Amino acid sequence: MQQVIIDQFSATVRAAAENSQPLHIRGGGSKSFYGHPPSEHAKILDVSPYQGITEYEPTELVITARAGTPLAEIESLLRQNSQMLAFEPPYFSETATLGGCVAAGLSGPRRASAGAVRDFVLGVRILDGTGHDLHFGGQVMKNVAGYDVSRLMVGAMGTLGILLEVSLKVLPLPTVEQTICLEMGETEAIEYMNRWAGKPLSVSATCHVNERLYMRLSGAESAVRAAHTQLGGEAYPAGDAFWKSVREHSHDFFKPPVPLWRLSVKSTTPPLSLSQTKQLIEWNGALRWLTCPKESPVDTIRQAAQKAGGHATLFRRHNCAIPVFQELSPALAGIHQRLKQKFDPAGILNPGRLYPEF
Amino acid sequence: MTCNFSASNMPIDLIKQLRTFLPQESVLHETEDLRPYECDGLSAYRQTPMIVVLPQTESQIAQILQLCHATQTPVVARGAGTGLSGGALPHAKGVLMSLAKLNQILEIDPLTRTARVQPGVRNLAISDATRPYGLYYAPDPSSQIACSIGGNVAENSGGVHCLKYGLTVHNILKLRVLTIDGESLEIGGDSLDSPGFDLLALMTGSEGMLGIVTEITVKLIPVPEKAQLVMATFEDIQKAGQAVANVIAAGIIPAGMEMMDKITIHAVEAFLHAGYDLNAEAILLCESDGTAEEVADEIERMHSIMKSSGATRITTSQNEAERLRLWAGRKAAFPAAGRVSPDYYCMDGTIPRKHLANVLKGIETLSQEYGLRCMNVFHAGDGNLHPLILYDANTPGELEKTEEFGGKILEMCIHAGGTITGEHGVGMEKINQMCTQFAPNELTLFHSVKAAFDPQGLLNPGKAVPTLHRCAELGAMHVHSGSEKFPDLPRF
Repeated sequence: MQQVIIDQFSATVRAAAENSQPLHIRGGGSKSFYGHPPSEHAKILDVSPYQGITEYEPTELVITARAGTPLAEIESLLRQNSQMLAFEPPYFSETATLGGCVAAGLSGPRRASAGAVRDFVLGVRILDGTGHDLHFGGQVMKNVAGYDVSRLMVGAMGTLGILLEVSLKVLPLPTVEQTICLEMGETEAIEYMNRWAGKPLSVSATCHVNERLYMRLSGAESAVRAAHTQLGGEAYPAGDAFWKSVREHSHDFFKPPVPLWRLSVKSTTPPLSLSQTKQLIEWNGALRWLTCPKESPVDTIRQAAQKAGGHATLFRRHNCAIPVFQELSPALAGIHQRLKQKFDPAGILNPGRLYPEF
Repeated sequence: MTCNFSASNMPIDLIKQLRTFLPQESVLHETEDLRPYECDGLSAYRQTPMIVVLPQTESQIAQILQLCHATQTPVVARGAGTGLSGGALPHAKGVLMSLAKLNQILEIDPLTRTARVQPGVRNLAISDATRPYGLYYAPDPSSQIACSIGGNVAENSGGVHCLKYGLTVHNILKLRVLTIDGESLEIGGDSLDSPGFDLLALMTGSEGMLGIVTEITVKLIPVPEKAQLVMATFEDIQKAGQAVANVIAAGIIPAGMEMMDKITIHAVEAFLHAGYDLNAEAILLCESDGTAEEVADEIERMHSIMKSSGATRITTSQNEAERLRLWAGRKAAFPAAGRVSPDYYCMDGTIPRKHLANVLKGIETLSQEYGLRCMNVFHAGDGNLHPLILYDANTPGELEKTEEFGGKILEMCIHAGGTITGEHGVGMEKINQMCTQFAPNELTLFHSVKAAFDPQGLLNPGKAVPTLHRCAELGAMHVHSGSEKFPDLPRF
């Protein structure tokens, strides 16, 4: 039955390649706002029917599921076994699927301490742009046979292949989690987060917003207690709801109907002095969310991000004239285009979703 | 001065051109100077390179690459030469580029917790330099006192602590890379992610096939306050395997979890007198690190899990000296193999842990079949198995027999749903088994990835990914998860 679905996908891809018909790969549609919109001529390839968890053995710390599997189903099964996806993926809608999570490559609050989606991907099964059914990586923690095509799929926005199955490393849920809250300004918070990140404490998430620094402590009860004593601050009882609101962008900070920028920078970068913007800081300072008025000073933002060793993404509410992702250097752009050409010679897989050129 | 490569004038011309921008002593071509470079850590494979170059700066590397590109000369990069898969095996008609002279730690940023280093810096030197800040570089391959960080990136090296702290790919942020035509790329960034494709992951473990890494920004993490070790003895290897699963099931990610089988225990004990139980079928070392509170908690739980899993003897390190003494045996496994046998051949398969007992049984059967002893050490936490086949290279035919035995072990790993290499790389050594692990279309895609970086195939040619022709000649069949894929397809 499941192989029939793959055969159908493969036939669709082959026909599309033959007719130069762009495809819009769609799972749960939860991240359709992210990246450039699909081409107007694109035909939707709904990959959500290919779903189900195919293998999960808690003691192997690995789960394998079909790309159309709802993320909620995976996380719920893991939770029943006291395990988790440690990169804490944002959903942005209950319909979010595993495939979309990997293709978008977005990670949540735990990213700075535990790692990103790409750090947990162990293997993939994909269809390339010619409809070939290919396996890379596997279900084991250590695997250096062949190039790391599995991680190359993460964040590629479906432009290199259609994800069919993904194997992920999972981790145990922490025994205890506690959020603490400290009053302080941005400059002080950036210094504070980085200084403590260099100490062996169990800080699993940080967020600075509205002159307050929130820190989540995770681990054994004794360790969490000891960390709280060292860090000071007040216990914040509504921690779980707070981190969910940061992860899902339901926090008040994200509500104003203005463009939202995501700046990924060197963690110790001082507060970005961009006029008229409001900022929320995560990941010990390495992630800065900016809301700003409609007429975003695009170049100023992009230059600020670059100067801070990183890049800026126009995350939500973009207007079509502005590139979503930071421009690549000509040398890197060349490699991207050549890779795209090799994986998808006819250029039919989500063309333009990542960069207009491919 | 004589030149050993007078078949064409190319080497002489090339040497002359190299010397226009490299000092005399940085271009080697006399046979006796080339000899030290003829193999890496896999000494069974040897090849004298045409020329060895020892650049000292990135601009020299760029010039070497441009010259090799223009003359279509193969280039093989070499770090410390400790690799175990022949990845740095020279090319007979190529330039071997040693990056050993690029050995500077350029910057340590304690607050951001990063270090910017050149590729020839030794792995352990990074941790030594950053420890005064309470920070270290986590991946610790067993060769860490000698191996270079550039080589670690090329192989995506792991180490004893990688279940908890990750491999090289998880612990680097940025690479400066030169392509074969000498163009400079900055891959990754000072931030935690980058726009576009994850080329940082693609470069890591690419075995010098895609570009030459000239600078690496590594992540540093806080030195744990404390580490403590539980050593458990088992009379049954299956029980030891189950104990590992039980630790994981209890929600513990140990800092390190290592297993040794009986023959290893005996070899090590004879060598070190570490106090290991000679009646044991398996010994498990299980380490906890973190804050004092966490460690106390975890060690207590590990102890009780070992007990309930049927361990016959459990020792918990009471101090740092004892912890290091208990580790010493595991770390001496390879030298011990060298002591009980003239030569040994180290394999590197990874399997899902649940198949450990079966795979070990299979290795035992093969061992009898080939009449060769095999010691097994196992990174139990992450399923990475290192069988050490003991042989004597002076006995005619024994190396060939050993390689065949090794190949069968790797195929067994693939059948168990694992891989032919967990951390040593494919290099030259496991190139044939790649035909078993990957289907022709997958291998073709690997070649395409290489072509996107190096269309003429000048960087480390012939390594890591076999040609389809080679696979066809071997008659190797691709196996996926224990079953043959597309049994009806013609093989070429």
